[in-house]
Parts: sequence; C-alpha cells; structure tokens
Amino acid sequence: MCEDCGCREGNERVFSDKEHSHEHAHRHGDVVHTHAHPHEHAHEHAHDHTHEHVHEHSHAPRTVAVEMGVLERNDRQAAENHAWLAARGVVAVNLISSPGSGKTLLLEKTLDALRDKVSCAVITGDQQTDNDARRMMGRGAKVVQIETRSACHLNAEQVRDRLSEVVDEGVKLLFIENVGNLVCPAAFELGEDRRVVLLSVTEGEDKPLKYPVAFYSAGTVVLTKTDLLPHLDFNMDACRSAIRKVHPDARIIELSARTGQGMDAWLDWLRRLV
Amino acid sequence: MHELSLATAMVEQLEEILTREGGTRIVRIALRLGAMSGVDRDAFEFAFPEAAGGTPAEGAVLVIEEVPLALSCRRCGHCATTEEPIMICPACGFMEVDVVQGREFTVTSMEVL
Repeated sequence: MCEDCGCREGNERVFSDKEHSHEHAHRHGDVVHTHAHPHEHAHEHAHDHTHEHVHEHSHAPRTVAVEMGVLERNDRQAAENHAWLAARGVVAVNLISSPGSGKTLLLEKTLDALRDKVSCAVITGDQQTDNDARRMMGRGAKVVQIETRSACHLNAEQVRDRLSEVVDEGVKLLFIENVGNLVCPAAFELGEDRRVVLLSVTEGEDKPLKYPVAFYSAGTVVLTKTDLLPHLDFNMDACRSAIRKVHPDARIIELSARTGQGMDAWLDWLRRLV
Repeated sequence: MHELSLATAMVEQLEEILTREGGTRIVRIALRLGAMSGVDRDAFEFAFPEAAGGTPAEGAVLVIEEVPLALSCRRCGHCATTEEPIMICPACGFMEVDVVQGREFTVTSMEVL
C-alpha cells in the first residue's frame, strides 16, 4: 500500500463522481509507478453563480382548456358591425354566389329600381379590379370596392374598415357583394341582417347539395338568369327540392335581372326589410 | 381556400391565450371540426404550418376530431347523426329540425410549455 495515497501500486482506486484526478509519479521502493489519485480543489470562480436553478415552469407540457371558436374574433367583429349598422337604422344584405351567377347585374338593376325610393350603399369585394364598383356607380348609391388580393372571401374587419366611408346619413340598405365563391364566404359573418345566396340556372340544380354550408346559412336563395331556361335542361322542381333539403324554410325567388322578370318579388322583399 | 385565414386567426388567438397562461410554446392543439362547418380538414392541415411558421405554435401537432352533423326533430324528437347535409328528420320527414352538432370549428384545448 502506498503511503502517499493508499494505492496498491496500481491505479485501482475507484473515484467517486465528485473527485477528479491528476496523474503523478512517485516511487515505491525501486519501482516508479504512475497513477492517478483524487484530491480536492477549492474552486474559486471569478463570478458568482449558483448550481441550482429554481425551475418555476415544468418541462412537461401542460394542458390548457380553451373552448374557443376559431372564427370567434371574426364573429365578434361582425357583431360590432351589426350593432354599428343597427344604431343607424341600416339593414345589411350579404350576397354570396359562385363567380358569374349574376350578383353585380342584379345589384345594378336593384339600385336603378330603388333609386330615390330607398337610400342604398354597396360594398363589393373582388380579388382584384374595381370593375364591379364602376359598373354599379352612377345609380344613386355610394359604392366602395374591397380588393381582397389573395383572399377568397370578405371578413368582418374588412367590412368594418369601409363602413363609415360608405354609409352616409339616411342610408337604409347596405348591400355587401361578397367575393364570387360558394365555399369560403359562407364561414364568415360580416354583420349582415340577411344572407342571400344566388344560384344561376346555368349552374345545375344539385348545387345546394354540393355546397350545403352556403345554402344552409342563407335564408333567401335567388335563382338568377331564368330568361335562359328555354335553352337549358334545368329542372326547376329538382332545384327547389335540393334547396329545401338543405334549408327547408328558405325563401326562393326566381328572376332574370336582364329581362326584369321576377324582379318585383325581390324588390318587395328588400322593401319589407327597411 | 379560406383555411389559411382560419389557421392564421387560430394561431393569433391561441398566442394571446398562451401569453396569458405564461407559456412559451404550443406543442399540441386539439380541435373539433364539424361536418357542416365549411372547413376542409385537409386544406386546414395543409395551411396550418404556413400560418404557424415563426410563431410559438410552429411545429405544434394538430389533433382534429371530426364531428358529424346531428339533428334533432322538433316534432318527433328524434335525434341522430346524419351523413347527408339534409335538414329533414330522417325518422318522420318533418322539415323543422335543430342542428345539435356539426357546425362547430373550435379549439378545445392545447398543450403548452
């Protein structure tokens, strides 16, 4: 046994984790051997630190109950829009349809018919261009265009941003012409009083079953371009039946904005809103 | 595809909750997706990484529970789930039914660090 360090002429010490060693040489009789042995240092650090952390958070995930509608923020804004409009006596109508179903032409003819009778305003949404706004101008109503760029629908914040600009004193009826799309706009409340879905008779009578969310969400369905019926195989009864399946008490109005046929029912319905 | 808008809105709203909860990261998001919510699951799952990139929700796992449409009849009281989006009582044919479930698109919970 080595008197210097307690070894048995070899490196047989088991070092605990806390110890560390340097190699050194010393002599046992005539044999010089080399081994390591533990010793302690006083650790002087140039800075103070603690080796213990107080962990106030856990590294394990914790579950937070949320119960939040993903559309909640939009819905809140829509409710604010509705309150803003209601305070001014304005009824808002949100028009939704596929592109090319005839929303803009219907609005052009509607503005002409209501001119000097019911004060109207229009917010119209498209991904690009102000073509629709220009078509509807000069018909006695203020018109603003929202270009949504990449977005496929209007949301409540976009409408809020234009409300005070488009709704002048005395306006009774605000039309919101949504981006042409039968899917996305259906999910976004804008603060409207009434939602209208347009379906042109060139589109096929089973569309309500293919796009049930839009038709379920709208209390009024306007079937447009009925002047084309003689040229089509469109089955009006089948279309009405498809609408009724998705929305049994929906109001259904058939019209042709081009010829004016059926426009009275639409205009009467609008007049009763205000 | 409005699912990107929805995913972005969800991430922003969850970030607010995360801050209130004193967390730093969202690792899992549990959702209920109704058949009549108007939201496409695949499109939403595709859009989510784009919406979550660079936010505390980046890399979070989406756990989506699909909720079928369920109707309750106002006349006979029959209540059942249905595959078809048809708002007519399948038992008695009455056309006044209430949607009991299937329109929701909600975050029920999330796991945070």
